[in-house]
Amino acid sequence: MSETGLRTATGAGAAAGDADQVKAEPRAPSTAGNNNRDGWLFMAPYLVLFGVFVILPTLFGLWISLHDYDYTLAEKPFVGLDNFTGLLSGDSPFATPFWDGMQATAIFTLGSVPLLLVLPLLVAMAMNLKFRGRNFFRAMYFAPYVLGVAVIAVLWRYLLDTNIGLVNHYLDLVGLSAVTPWLTQLPWAWISLIGVTIWWTLGFNTVIYLAALQDISPELYEAAKMDGATAMQRFTNVTLPGLRPVLLFVTSVTIIASVNMFGQAYLMTQGGPGQETRTAIYQIAETGLTSFNSGVASAMSLIFSVFLSAVSLAVFFLFRERTPNRSKQTALTNQKGGAA
Amino acid sequence: MDLTRRGFLALTAAAGAGAALGGCGSATPVASTGPVLSGAYTGPPVTIQYWNGFTGGDGPAMRQLVDDFNASQDLITVRMNVVQWAQYYQRVIAAVHAGKGPDVGAMHVEQLATQAARQTITPIEEVVTEIGLDETQYPADVWEAGMYNGSRYGIPFDVHSLGSYANNALLERAGITAQATTGDELEEQLAAMVEAGLEAPPFWMPNRWPSHLMFLSLLWQFGGEPYAEDGSAATFDSDAGVQALTWMASQVDKGFSPPNVAPDSQYTAFKNNEVAYTWDGIWQINDLQATELDWSLAPVPTIGTEPAVWANSHQLVMFKSRQPDDNKLMAGKAFVQFLTENSAAWAAAGMIPARSDARETPEFRDSPQAAVAEAIPSMRFLPTVAAVGEVQAQTLETAVGEAILGIADPAAALAEQAERATALMVGNLRKFER
Repeated sequence: MSETGLRTATGAGAAAGDADQVKAEPRAPSTAGNNNRDGWLFMAPYLVLFGVFVILPTLFGLWISLHDYDYTLAEKPFVGLDNFTGLLSGDSPFATPFWDGMQATAIFTLGSVPLLLVLPLLVAMAMNLKFRGRNFFRAMYFAPYVLGVAVIAVLWRYLLDTNIGLVNHYLDLVGLSAVTPWLTQLPWAWISLIGVTIWWTLGFNTVIYLAALQDISPELYEAAKMDGATAMQRFTNVTLPGLRPVLLFVTSVTIIASVNMFGQAYLMTQGGPGQETRTAIYQIAETGLTSFNSGVASAMSLIFSVFLSAVSLAVFFLFRERTPNRSKQTALTNQKGGAA
Repeated sequence: MDLTRRGFLALTAAAGAGAALGGCGSATPVASTGPVLSGAYTGPPVTIQYWNGFTGGDGPAMRQLVDDFNASQDLITVRMNVVQWAQYYQRVIAAVHAGKGPDVGAMHVEQLATQAARQTITPIEEVVTEIGLDETQYPADVWEAGMYNGSRYGIPFDVHSLGSYANNALLERAGITAQATTGDELEEQLAAMVEAGLEAPPFWMPNRWPSHLMFLSLLWQFGGEPYAEDGSAATFDSDAGVQALTWMASQVDKGFSPPNVAPDSQYTAFKNNEVAYTWDGIWQINDLQATELDWSLAPVPTIGTEPAVWANSHQLVMFKSRQPDDNKLMAGKAFVQFLTENSAAWAAAGMIPARSDARETPEFRDSPQAAVAEAIPSMRFLPTVAAVGEVQAQTLETAVGEAILGIADPAAALAEQAERATALMVGNLRKFER
């Protein structure tokens, strides 16, 4: 600073310049300090909430996971990493149900996420066309989303009942199989859970897609048409790139929602048949909240969140900003990978 | 008073801190039953909290009892808080440990051990004599069931068991006039009803609730025990257990039940006049009385070698508190005394009053559940093992469900889940002993 400062000062050759320099000198650090202080002040309300409801519970959870923790008992002995090693090695009686739950979560996520990414896009593209009653249909697709999980789950639990449900009743009337065990056998239980979830949440992704579609400039489509692009080519070269920013959002939000599935299975199948549709969250809730084994449940949660973080990182990596200069990008990611 | 904003903030902060400190008389809940209650309560006016889970057909009967008590005297006001049983036990534990627990409550007998181990309920040995109760007034098994670790924690209020409900009209279509009392008889009747061409199979076998209660009844009938008395092992995979579960699964194979019956579907179908027989708790009585159905209730038939049926009991308990208050404790005892003395009125809830003299009253003699009360000597309760209910929900219920759905062999399913249950129970023993 000093060298450039001096050079300008001498270059200008004016006393005023010198005076400015002197004035600016002590002010600079104080402004930075003020900025910092203001920044923290503006963030404070959120930071307090974040600290109290996210950071502290996370640290507390970590501490709980190192103990044989049951809040109703006076003694909560320290057990080190036993809760983790028991789950990872399979020695703990909680291990099998937990990994079964992780598997159930994986099945549900793999089954629901692709459909929840593709179907809403198709619906959004249809809703983006100009036709009579468009707003009515837009509202219809979004309507189930405003209902709570308890409402939709209890509703469908009775509609899908094998023996007394309306779905099988109508299937019977039209001459199809009337004994489909929608909620009590595999793979039907998964088909029902995934189907109901799609019916329920499709509207949310559709609305996001629709907003993004309306943001894509019509000139781009026109230009593509002039260049002789087919409908398919316009979709892959105009629509999809235009959607990329929201795709990252939609994908990660959908994955997180699917991985956290609990209410549907809890209310519709009660985790059955057997414990096949007990998801990881279901198992953690049973272990920690119903059976009071908070230590093991916290260890489960931490293992679960490691998996969830890995998946989220993979998604971000998949949707990372691609610059035209590919070699530079690769170098950068390699560097990041090395640092991690 | 002129209050500045700053002054107000300071006051609020002080009040908040005071309330927070005042809330914790003791870090852990303390057991106390207060001074001896002789005769009526004579202290200052007091309000006590009474928690229970009577959300069904039994709710109005309990509300009536509480109203009667409040009207019977001027000093004590009982506030009743009703929480679904499914959430009740978790919530009451949290409330007591947070210093916001109720004073008295009702609880299922198999929860007493769990709640005692989790420091929520108080031993009430001396309360029993104080309010003039003794074992001669109760059936022995029910009286014994209120004990845990050599101390009394619960005063029996009622017993309720599984019963066999029949749709009389559907039975008559197959020429049947009385409910079956043995396994052979039941099978003959079911076959006759299938023969008679009823619209639906006659005896639906649910894969979850209340199938585990049916399983426990049959397990006892075949001479088995679900758990070791000392809580060290699960024994429901014994030969008796396999026989019981095999019988249940065979109802589907024989065509007496459709496959894949979801929880409560069997009861809904029974209410809809579709099913001839269903086994369910006597707590459904009031619900069925509200329908047009022509139904009857009888003890569960003896399928195994000896009569036995799963039963439970609502017990009255007193809670520990972080700041025991003598007046509230005395008032709580007066209320418990009133409930036991007026338990004949509880027949209106569809329950069987635990007190023997209450079962001699005409109002009980005329109730539908009087038919089931004859089976009291064969009623069986789960052993008083801490946290056994939690273990059962994770293991036994899964095995029963898998076998009835036909996705696992009864013996294999029971063996797998019994092994897990034993591991969990050993862990619990270790946990509650320290």
